[in-house]
Amino acid sequence: MSAIALEHVSKKWGAQFAVHELSFAAPAGSFVVLLGPSGCGKSTTLRMIAGLDSPSSGRIRIGADDITDLPPASRRLSMVFQSYALFPHLDVRENILFGIKVRKEPEADRPRRLARVAELLGLSGLLDRKPSQLSGGQQQRVALARAIIAEKPVCLMDEPLSNLDAQLRQEMRREIRGLQQSLGITMIYVTHDQTEAMSMADQVILLRDGSVEQDAAPGTLYAEPASIFVARFIGTPPMNILDLAPGGNGLVIAGSQRLVYRGRLPQDIKLGVRPEHIRIDPDSGIRATVRSVEYFGADTVITSSLGTNSIAARVPGKHVVAAGTQLPLTWDTSAQHYFDAISGKRTDEVACRILQRSPTTTEETRA
Amino acid sequence: MSRTSPQVTGWLLLLPSLLLLIAFTHYPAVATIWHSFFSTPKGAVPASFVGLENYRLMIDDPVFWQALWNNLWFALGTIPISIALALQMALWVNGRIAGRGFLRLAYFTPTVLPMIAVANIWLFFYTPQYGLLEQITGAMGLPSHNWLGNRQTVLGAMMIVAIWKEAGFFMIFYLAALQQVSPSLAEAAALEGASRRQYFWKVLFPLLMPTTLFVLINALIDAFRMVDHIVVMTRGGPDNASALLLYYIYQVGFAFWDSAYAAALTVVLLFVLGLTAFVKFRFLDRRTHYQ
Repeated sequence: MSAIALEHVSKKWGAQFAVHELSFAAPAGSFVVLLGPSGCGKSTTLRMIAGLDSPSSGRIRIGADDITDLPPASRRLSMVFQSYALFPHLDVRENILFGIKVRKEPEADRPRRLARVAELLGLSGLLDRKPSQLSGGQQQRVALARAIIAEKPVCLMDEPLSNLDAQLRQEMRREIRGLQQSLGITMIYVTHDQTEAMSMADQVILLRDGSVEQDAAPGTLYAEPASIFVARFIGTPPMNILDLAPGGNGLVIAGSQRLVYRGRLPQDIKLGVRPEHIRIDPDSGIRATVRSVEYFGADTVITSSLGTNSIAARVPGKHVVAAGTQLPLTWDTSAQHYFDAISGKRTDEVACRILQRSPTTTEETRA
Repeated sequence: MSRTSPQVTGWLLLLPSLLLLIAFTHYPAVATIWHSFFSTPKGAVPASFVGLENYRLMIDDPVFWQALWNNLWFALGTIPISIALALQMALWVNGRIAGRGFLRLAYFTPTVLPMIAVANIWLFFYTPQYGLLEQITGAMGLPSHNWLGNRQTVLGAMMIVAIWKEAGFFMIFYLAALQQVSPSLAEAAALEGASRRQYFWKVLFPLLMPTTLFVLINALIDAFRMVDHIVVMTRGGPDNASALLLYYIYQVGFAFWDSAYAAALTVVLLFVLGLTAFVKFRFLDRRTHYQ
């Protein structure tokens, strides 16, 4: 089997940890995305799995084998580089066949295997071209073909779509996901683009400063972010994180009268609400002052100030609102997320208490 | 701005370098060819048109043939070795090794040194009885040998000096080219299971081809322009065993004052260099992958 497991893997550059005590498991045949901002250690992690960098400590396994000390070629994996790493002096055919030739695999098989991947990736007509004569998307396909023809059970991809334009990126997302599923490859895919992670992955590992911030399915990442960092990384625009302040016998949104919780809590918390869960409601809405409006076609993002907080609302359709207008905003209590104000971690315990004694939106006192 | 047409502006911009090129390159070349068809003026006897007489003289001149052959052997002996050595050194100092800045400097030093200084250093190495080489071979109990005074060894000894001087210079070009090669190519090749040897021959060397070509042409030109070391170290001797073409031209022109014959010899040299350039542009460029 070709499940991949990292056990307490660390990588140090000098005194600095690029990756710190990282552990995760990718089941065989799954699509796992390593997601995170630049400098979070995701590429380093991938390079350690590939064997291009070696970990300072920890073990890496593929299936039952400990591959930590094996050279890259013995790990039975292929890799697609961000720069594609195509050999510029070789034509498409030779680029795809490069690995097969240097490994001296049977010559009789070559035409059949070449024809198969070339057709799979729509490269049949381009085999005699040099990489410089191809468009970005075609080069990307050649890199994919070179990875696939090796027929290895594990494929690693390092931001493979970052050099493509938006349209092509969307197309390639579907194509890569389709190939991975039909060939049954275990895929580790590195990206900083949350759209790629959400749309392709079975499992997303969100990294921050070399450690796992959350390791979960895309749905969980969106619905139950483990921290403020995750909450703001997934979703566009990012989740609103509102400061709370004591007032009205409990906690109100800082600078306003909107009551979030009646009573006392043992810790300071922040409130999270996704922009797409906010509605305009003249009956029960809380007044916010519009700052800016961005129109995206299907929806409009309205950024307003609510007390001392800034809040973004994504509302369907086109809304023309002048800056300075008072807008009544509301959301369901069930759409609220609670985070510890100091650690930034999700506090589900608080969520339970709040849901039990939830003040309804009509309880709001107006200034 | 004035209303000068772009045509005029263009020519004006070209003018300074064009003037220098014409005065010091094109006119002398054409004049040399012209002079090679005349006799050398001697005292009251002015130069007269002699047609191909100078060239006929050349065909019968054993020293010319020896210088030409010497030069060919010199080129053949120095170029492949200095290029291979340059590439080897560049690959080495391009790697992550301690003190590579110092190594790069060390390899480049021979290039920085003036030719005459280099010649003097090596003259000391080769000196019989107390030279460096003699001291080493003497310590090992080997018989004394006069490296520069022997017909058999003088050209080889001069080749070693040229290789020593050229390799460091060519290394810089290879080093620059190597730094243009994306490290992900080596990683991709390693992942595919290519050995270091396969990576070198299938990827790196073809990608370095433009540099190799450039270096090759330069090496060839340098081999035919070599004169400084000969003047300082051997003066073409013994018995013309180390006479190279340019040194022979210098001898004919400025020691024997036979300027017409020297002009004819120069035309041959020009022809050789021109042929080199032609081969490069016409044939080698087509087989080379440029980034």
